[in-house]
Amino acid sequence: MEGVMSHESDLNLKATELRLGLPGTEESTAKNNKRASPELVDDGQLFKLESDAKAGDRETAPASKAQIVGWPPLRSYWKNNVQSKRTEAETGNYVKVSMDGAPYLRKIDLKIYMGYSELFKALENMFQLTIGEYSEREGYKGSDYAPAYEDKDGDLMLVGDVPWEMFMSSCKRLRIMKGSEATGLGCGA
Amino acid sequence: MAYSFPEEVLEYVFAFLSSDKDRNAVSLVCKSWYEIERWCRRRIFIGNCYAVSPQIVIRRFPEVSAVKIKGKPHFADFNLVPEGWGAYLYPWISAMARSYPWLEEIKLKRMVVTDESLELISKSFKNFKVLVLSSCEGFTTDGLASIAANCRNLRELDLKESEVEDLSGHWLSHFPDNFTSLVSLNMSCLGSEVSFSALERLVSRCPNLKTLRLNRAVPVEKLPSLLRRAPQLVEFGTGAYSAEIRTDIFSNLVEAFSGCKHLKSLSGFWDVVPAYLPAMYNVCSRITSLNLSYATVQSPDLVELISQCPNLKCLWVLDYIEDAGLKALSSYCKDLQELRVFPSDPYGAEPNVSLTEQGLVTVSAGCPKLQSVLYFCRQMSNAALIAIARNRPNLIRFRLCIIEPQAPDYLTLEPLDTGFGAIVEHCKQLRRLSLSGLLTDRVFEYIGTHAEKLEMLSIAFAGDSDLGLHYVLSGCESLRKLEIRDCPFGDKALLANAAKLETMRSLWMSSCSVSYGACKLLGQKMPRLNVEVIDERGPPDSRPETCPVEKLYVYRTVAGPRVDKPDFVWTMDEDAALRLS
Repeated sequence: MEGVMSHESDLNLKATELRLGLPGTEESTAKNNKRASPELVDDGQLFKLESDAKAGDRETAPASKAQIVGWPPLRSYWKNNVQSKRTEAETGNYVKVSMDGAPYLRKIDLKIYMGYSELFKALENMFQLTIGEYSEREGYKGSDYAPAYEDKDGDLMLVGDVPWEMFMSSCKRLRIMKGSEATGLGCGA
Repeated sequence: MAYSFPEEVLEYVFAFLSSDKDRNAVSLVCKSWYEIERWCRRRIFIGNCYAVSPQIVIRRFPEVSAVKIKGKPHFADFNLVPEGWGAYLYPWISAMARSYPWLEEIKLKRMVVTDESLELISKSFKNFKVLVLSSCEGFTTDGLASIAANCRNLRELDLKESEVEDLSGHWLSHFPDNFTSLVSLNMSCLGSEVSFSALERLVSRCPNLKTLRLNRAVPVEKLPSLLRRAPQLVEFGTGAYSAEIRTDIFSNLVEAFSGCKHLKSLSGFWDVVPAYLPAMYNVCSRITSLNLSYATVQSPDLVELISQCPNLKCLWVLDYIEDAGLKALSSYCKDLQELRVFPSDPYGAEPNVSLTEQGLVTVSAGCPKLQSVLYFCRQMSNAALIAIARNRPNLIRFRLCIIEPQAPDYLTLEPLDTGFGAIVEHCKQLRRLSLSGLLTDRVFEYIGTHAEKLEMLSIAFAGDSDLGLHYVLSGCESLRKLEIRDCPFGDKALLANAAKLETMRSLWMSSCSVSYGACKLLGQKMPRLNVEVIDERGPPDSRPETCPVEKLYVYRTVAGPRVDKPDFVWTMDEDAALRLS
């Protein structure tokens, strides 16, 4: 890293400097070098910023974000209120959602929803469709779409048969099925 | 020929001056105007509780009815100011209790308030009306009970994000049965449940209640009962907004909200169940302010809600809104003035939502009245910042936090100097700016040159050398508050611009390269500044003079050095060199 001295000669700071020392006091160059040296600085606090930063290379970044005190600048009051929901959820329970015919998949966090009705509402919003009424006998009536999911064993299951908690823990991936394929699921074939 | 108005006439004229700046100017005209003005100033604002003493304030302004005091430096919000630093309210209350018996309003920010202070307030000021405690700490719900029990004419009790030791919810029941003057109650920061029937009765008997912000403990099923008793509410904060989905709860909520024809502001929304959001749709067309910063809800639900609020002026939301949601915001809410987007997962290694710089660019393009921005995101580019600057030259506050420190322009890998440079160049009315990302000294050259109206600047992990600090301190004519952390700024720029510090309220520098020796020099040379070194490693004298201090807080003052310093704060003054460690 370029020391302060080289910048000084660019700007000629010395000429305009407010000298507060007694006349005849010299500025020791050693002082400037020491300032850049890490051993006089308390660890952890002074962030290493030198040439790595200039090159855009951030290999000296701290081990994890959480270890920099006060960064990102969020009030602890706020963190307690929002994060307390997250601590149990960790990174959430994100599963992929595919819809037959859609160009790309989406992802949703199952932990956000309290039950099936909320999940369906979200899916309906996300994909601009309607999911029919669930019945044990006939699957989803009243629309062309049926929600299905892939469970831990890799089987394609109809959403809604098992209690919500059980569904949340066994669902690996969601798939919204359309048309004739969808109706086939409900008939226990 | 000289003549003068009678005093009474001047006093009458001065009564129309509400701005402190104007009153300060008036008091400088001549001695008699100074005297007249000081006797008729009723409202006092003290931006730094250590810049002046209670005695000096009371001596100059003998008849004050409203006081606003700020304590700790802003970076205290992020745990950078050690516990026990100061900003105690008690000395102020004890002095004012004697001299201002008719005090009506106390508004505080980042002060340490004890139950003893609260009790003294409740007993000393017979006509006490307004207590606002913003980001304060040090008191318990017992202190609130004193206020409730003794302040017969209380209008406003606002605990705005204070840290309160919550012993019980019983404090609310201390409002007497004949107490009816409440206009505003904000208890959203409290944890405990208050007696719901006491709350219901309180709401019922206060016909002027305009603001009610509940805490998380009030369940959504109970909201209709409160809303029905206060259809005149203008600002409402829910508690936890979740319950199992039941049509009766839902329809009760719809009906109750519909009865509130004056609602303009909504907040709360902890633990939101999206299915209950539509219960508010009937009031959304009048809503101007929406605080969804606790609402962990996905973008589609947020968009559906926002699309019902065409008159929205202020939105606080989590980054779940994503770029798509911000695009919707920019098309539905053309009156938007303020936007704050908070990170839902600030410590995660990977982004958990699709929120990028694009969302902010879109809002800046679509919302012509946007003037205030606080935005947390994970990537930024100079191109985006330049676009924002060009779109919104009317920006007044721009606070950007790119979560990774020193993140460069993600497209070009360059520093973000030109981007922020464009912001200060185009936004000529900019008063507040927070920087982040990879920044060299050059950005400070732009800021020093162009940011003529800038009053507050926050800098972190930026710059290369003292030159950066020098640009800011030698430019920025309107600068009042400068806060810096983890930047390679040191002695030269600070000493060369010492005089500038007397024109500012305060300077904070932590984890920078300012040496103890320079702090001492500054303190000795500038008697009207308090130059305070904060160092938890022990006395700075025990280390070489060239050793950088941990933290430095410099502020102008007429009160002299602090007399209530903790053992990790040292004042640098003429005696500093002589004082033993």
